[in-house]
Amino acid sequence: MPRAKARKEEPAEAGSDIVMDEAPTSHQPESRDDMSVDQDEDDEVEAEDDEVEEEEEVQRVRLLPGSTPTAASFEFLNESHTLGNALRYIIMKNPDVEFCAYAIPHPSEAKMNVRIQTFEGTTAIQALEKGLRDLQDLCDVVSDKFIEAREKFAATASS
Amino acid sequence: MPHKPPTQEELERRKIVGIHGETITDVTSTDFPGHYPGEEHSWDIDAFRRGFSVEFHQNDPYEASFSLIGCDASIANAFRRIMIADIPTLAIETVFINNNTSVIQDEVLSHRLGLIPFKGGHEGLHNFLKWWRKPADESQINNSYYDFNTVSLRLEVKCEHNDAAAPNETDPTKLYKHAHVYARDIEFCPVGRQDRYFSGADAIAPVNSDILIAKLRPGQEISLSMHMHKGVGSDHAKFSPVATASYRLMPVIRIERPILGADAEKFARCFPRGVIALDKVTKEDAAQRGSGYEGHEGEVKAVVADPMRDTVSRECLRHPEFKDKVKLGRRRDHFIYLVESTGQWESDAIFLEAVAHLKKRAQDLEKQVVNMVR
Repeated sequence: MPRAKARKEEPAEAGSDIVMDEAPTSHQPESRDDMSVDQDEDDEVEAEDDEVEEEEEVQRVRLLPGSTPTAASFEFLNESHTLGNALRYIIMKNPDVEFCAYAIPHPSEAKMNVRIQTFEGTTAIQALEKGLRDLQDLCDVVSDKFIEAREKFAATASS
Repeated sequence: MPHKPPTQEELERRKIVGIHGETITDVTSTDFPGHYPGEEHSWDIDAFRRGFSVEFHQNDPYEASFSLIGCDASIANAFRRIMIADIPTLAIETVFINNNTSVIQDEVLSHRLGLIPFKGGHEGLHNFLKWWRKPADESQINNSYYDFNTVSLRLEVKCEHNDAAAPNETDPTKLYKHAHVYARDIEFCPVGRQDRYFSGADAIAPVNSDILIAKLRPGQEISLSMHMHKGVGSDHAKFSPVATASYRLMPVIRIERPILGADAEKFARCFPRGVIALDKVTKEDAAQRGSGYEGHEGEVKAVVADPMRDTVSRECLRHPEFKDKVKLGRRRDHFIYLVESTGQWESDAIFLEAVAHLKKRAQDLEKQVVNMVR
């Protein structure tokens, strides 16, 4: 279902300069597109999906309405400052990104929004994907260096 | 105008958060593309690898301290938050009370039991045990417990008079049998394949056997069984694998102009022991023109010995004699972590698990984003 939605939304808004909806997403009419269906489905599965144990079927990332290719807002379900801030940092490190910020619109809703605006030549979605890949590379380096330092420390401590 | 690349000194200066008497300065990182005209600062994994280092200070099972040098606060904070809230552990989740005639109420007793940290074989805890999910249909709950998602425990204690006690004995622990109920009285009841993973030294047992659970008097009894499940700290603090996981920034103390004699001793007393050392002004120091040491050979001078031990109390900034002679700060990219495990994981393993967890999260979301676009 969310796939169908994304496909529909993308070309319709591509290139055109659309006035952003001023109201927060929670106040926007749900009947704008097939978002309402999406929403219900998400809520339903969310209740069962406490943890990430089994392969995730639920679509947790969604493009918010009013997005253009180079300026988009994304909504992440079940994410917090933990990933939000780290992702914001790594996306800001991308020289093709003009602006990146994250927000948790309401503390009692497990939702995290990321806003990305890019310069011409790349898209917000590409910047988001690159950010997530860079974050994985970073984790590899941290883990390698940590194990290295631990071994070195163990060697000096025992000698 | 051609851009001059920043000097090493300038790069060092950019990393320092200024700490003044009543204010702090330069708090946010500036290493982003576009911040400094003509400078790159874009993400480069090789540059990160060159600039990043880890240094261990202590590595014990229940307490580890190490520094992450050369990474941003957002990354350091993500690791800290994951260690506290997202690394799974096993804890008592359900208590079935058969009989509780002690003075401590059922719900309070259950809560106390939940907070007791347990240990067990690592292979079993981390790989064999899986999540337990409450079935959607409540009536099916008894069919949801398996050896791979539930660990059973029992606690059966009855307090009685101790006939062997001396007639004038006043100590309740000697006067009665089982006057105190300790964590060591909890009994592990392995089922199914659990024998294979949790036997001998690997058995599920409290990390600390001396945790007092309740106090009883003759005739009182506690009889209950418990179910343990895996959970995460974001659900309940009892599932958090750490007592504390915190970091602080590396303090920087810069003595700009010589602090000599009695002033030096006073200066050293402004800091925790070991931070400032007292040295003698050498002949070479005194020979250096403009250093401020001229004619002070043989006198005591203050030098920075170990800034890591500083608490950055700013006491030295209160005294007029040190005005303009010292600069305090913190290194924005040097995080000194302290991880105290509750015992189910080794402290250093918790950090590695946090790094792996962040990677997994980014991986999952990358798939999600691809899926969203499709």
